[in-house]
Amino acid sequence: MTKHRFTASILCMAANNISLAHEAADPLISMVSINQLEQRLNHDAQSNDRDISNWNAEVWLGKNLDKLWLKTEGEFVDGQREESELQVLYSRAIAPYWDLQTGWRGDFNPEQNQHWFAVGLQGLAPYFFEIDSALFFGKGGQTALRIDAEYELMFTQKLILSPELETTLYSRNAPKYEQGSGLAKIDAGLRLRYEIRREFAPYIGINWSKKYGNTADLSRADGGDIEALQWVAGIRAWF
Amino acid sequence: MKHTTHISSPTLSTLATTSVSRRRFVTGAASAGALIGLSGSPLSWGIEKAPTAVEQQTLSGKHFDLDIGYQPVNFTGKSRIATAVNGSVPGPILRWREGDDITLRVRNHLAHDSSIHWHGMILPAEMDGVPGMSFAGIKPGEYFDYAFNVQQSGTYWYHSHSGFQEQTGVYGAIVIEPKGPDPVAYDRDYVVQLSDWSDEAPEAIYAKLKKRGDYYNFNERTAGDLWRDIKEKGLSQTWSDRSMWNQMRMSERDIADVTAYTYTYLMNGATPDQGWTGLFKRGEKIRLRFINSAAMTIFDVRIPGLKMTVVAADGQNVEPFTIDEFRIGVAETYDVIVEPSDDSAYCVFAQSIDRSGFTRGTLSANPALSAAIPNMDPAPVLSHRDMGMAMAGMSHGDQNMGSMAGMDHSQHAMGSMKEMDHSGHDRSNMKGMDHSQHGMAAMSMAMPAPLGKAGFGSNNEITHVKTEFGPQVDARADSPQSGLDDPGIGLRNHQQLYGRKVLRYSQLRNLHPTEDRREPSREIQLHLTGNMHRYMWSVNGIPFADAEPLALSFGERVRITLVNDSMMTHPIHLHGVWSELETGDPEYIPRKHTIMVQPGSKISYLVTADAMGRWAYHCHLLYHMPGMMREVRISHDGGAA
Ligand SMILES: [Cu+2]
Repeated sequence: MTKHRFTASILCMAANNISLAHEAADPLISMVSINQLEQRLNHDAQSNDRDISNWNAEVWLGKNLDKLWLKTEGEFVDGQREESELQVLYSRAIAPYWDLQTGWRGDFNPEQNQHWFAVGLQGLAPYFFEIDSALFFGKGGQTALRIDAEYELMFTQKLILSPELETTLYSRNAPKYEQGSGLAKIDAGLRLRYEIRREFAPYIGINWSKKYGNTADLSRADGGDIEALQWVAGIRAWF
Repeated sequence: MKHTTHISSPTLSTLATTSVSRRRFVTGAASAGALIGLSGSPLSWGIEKAPTAVEQQTLSGKHFDLDIGYQPVNFTGKSRIATAVNGSVPGPILRWREGDDITLRVRNHLAHDSSIHWHGMILPAEMDGVPGMSFAGIKPGEYFDYAFNVQQSGTYWYHSHSGFQEQTGVYGAIVIEPKGPDPVAYDRDYVVQLSDWSDEAPEAIYAKLKKRGDYYNFNERTAGDLWRDIKEKGLSQTWSDRSMWNQMRMSERDIADVTAYTYTYLMNGATPDQGWTGLFKRGEKIRLRFINSAAMTIFDVRIPGLKMTVVAADGQNVEPFTIDEFRIGVAETYDVIVEPSDDSAYCVFAQSIDRSGFTRGTLSANPALSAAIPNMDPAPVLSHRDMGMAMAGMSHGDQNMGSMAGMDHSQHAMGSMKEMDHSGHDRSNMKGMDHSQHGMAAMSMAMPAPLGKAGFGSNNEITHVKTEFGPQVDARADSPQSGLDDPGIGLRNHQQLYGRKVLRYSQLRNLHPTEDRREPSREIQLHLTGNMHRYMWSVNGIPFADAEPLALSFGERVRITLVNDSMMTHPIHLHGVWSELETGDPEYIPRKHTIMVQPGSKISYLVTADAMGRWAYHCHLLYHMPGMMREVRISHDGGAA
């Protein structure tokens, strides 16, 4: 009998390991999404010699209505991690298409790390805009608002153009983080992907970003770029 | 009644030696079925060529031995392990006789709990085979003896009620000979069992749907469609057609959760490439017993060149009527008679509701002949009506809306005095909300129940209980149409387009007079709810795990009205008792075990609670079932759970 059991479990590719179907109504599920893993090339020829790569990924673990989320994004320049961000959030469904997310965000920069308390609303808006918006409360009364909207335009069932727009605003000036009050930054991307499988899609696209107002001034004073236009190529994957 | 003891499992002992020759060995049911008898000998796996004509194993008599075990199969070119009954997918056809006392010893050779439920059978609750409700299930290495008297005749089927085993092969057909003369005359009969096979594990399919509800849908609207629509209809019409869907964040192309992207559709265990074949002699009357044993696939069936006379629905004889095409929901059965008047071959064609794929077989006078396979019809697109929205001023793709059941309107005349049902709203009452409902309920107690007459369906207003609001429910039908006269999404205009007469529920008329002539004493309104995006399914917004049982008093006659608040078609199955579909003819109410509820529509049926015990009541789409399920308790005190 033991041998049979053993054989059976090995062979059990069609694993029916839930004894009652209704136990499966709310199973624990996890998902890893690499939204962007890309190489960037500056359109401006002078800075072409820099090797820039970016990532943007999410992991969630949870049930139908409650999930733990990790979100991370960042940039490597010439093999050095330039800036990166990690969020750890508890996510609770509050409406058919909306999740309320609260937790911690850490920014890891070459000079100065920064920690935030995050409250966000993530979901699908009418007309199928995917929205990830959040308010971040940092030390010293700094508050940041970030709104990210993404859309998918299907050319075919597998060839998909996705425009994305991200806006960042700060409540006050924080020179040591290069944050200036008011509208700080706009990032706009356009990526054309081909889903070889649902889970795996290479893409090409462009990314444009520009700093505004006080943030632009602070960046300028530090000798940084305030506007960049980049060609991107990368992969998107999930499992 | 129940014996549990350890048994040896001969089927498993051979599996370890099979990996080498698995591939050439099974291509369909018969080869697998044939091998079970030889399972003691490893040599039996070395068969060089699988037979091409698939013939099903048939078992008859009064005692049956059924073994649920792992079985290598190959439906797609890739070898997979199925959970099979007696080594074949589908399992053997069981032939019973009405009036017989039968016993079935079901052995579980799987590594997990298993069970068999006799779908559509009227039997004692403890023989129904639903783990956790009727019995404890069958543990690995153990067996369960089912014993019951067969009180009905016709076409039924059996399947596992454990986990997702039905998807991986635990199902088979039941054919019951009537005790008296068969009112249906035929020269030969064939079971035509439709199902869906995936090389993916069902748990993987389910997880994908939870992560991305549209994972298997490759018929989404594209930029090209948009361009074509604008050219044809103009910008403003295109905008207005689409704005509702866009605002609701729903896709009118969302027809089936799981599609041919992963499914291979089977007919009697044969893939469309292999093709099942049934032979006939010219002039014979052939009875085809269609059974939809798919996990998730609703099929539209036709046999180009042959008229089909429907003689039974869900095993029960109906007054014969002739059609060209019918939709068969998951778990439904239809018996039809065909009479080929020549020696040619006919294609038995079953396309999936979303037209992503099909399966087919051949009826032929000559085994060498095969029939041309027709093209699939265009994929349907949901209309505003399918959202349960009022029709006025809305554009829609369907042309024969005008034929909507007149019944519906006549009933509304009676519906001015609403009776609110307590038991149907158990939960909200429990939570102490809905005072308005209490008020109305009190009123209706004071006056005699203004229920619609038996056979004519509900008069009641559609009310959404509070539990229907929240992140678990993404839509509510406010003006659901009657689903009775609706052949279903994607079939509604087939008469005009192709001259094909399509079956509608309103055509079903029991061959025998209604047995229970009582008026319903109350009505239970249940809403089929879900959130497609999160892939959550529920009844009245409450998933099975959190739901109170529905309590019925033994002997009572009750009306159940199902309102489909979602965009999917749900086949709803009530165990243990008949669902008597109210088609507008109280004299000959047809009896079914599974009722398809069209998107955004409602449908009513009567239930005589004449079987004591705990019964399952659920959507038969396998991946909806975990949430969209209720326990029905029939007891003498009728409520006290
Ligand atoms: Cu369903």
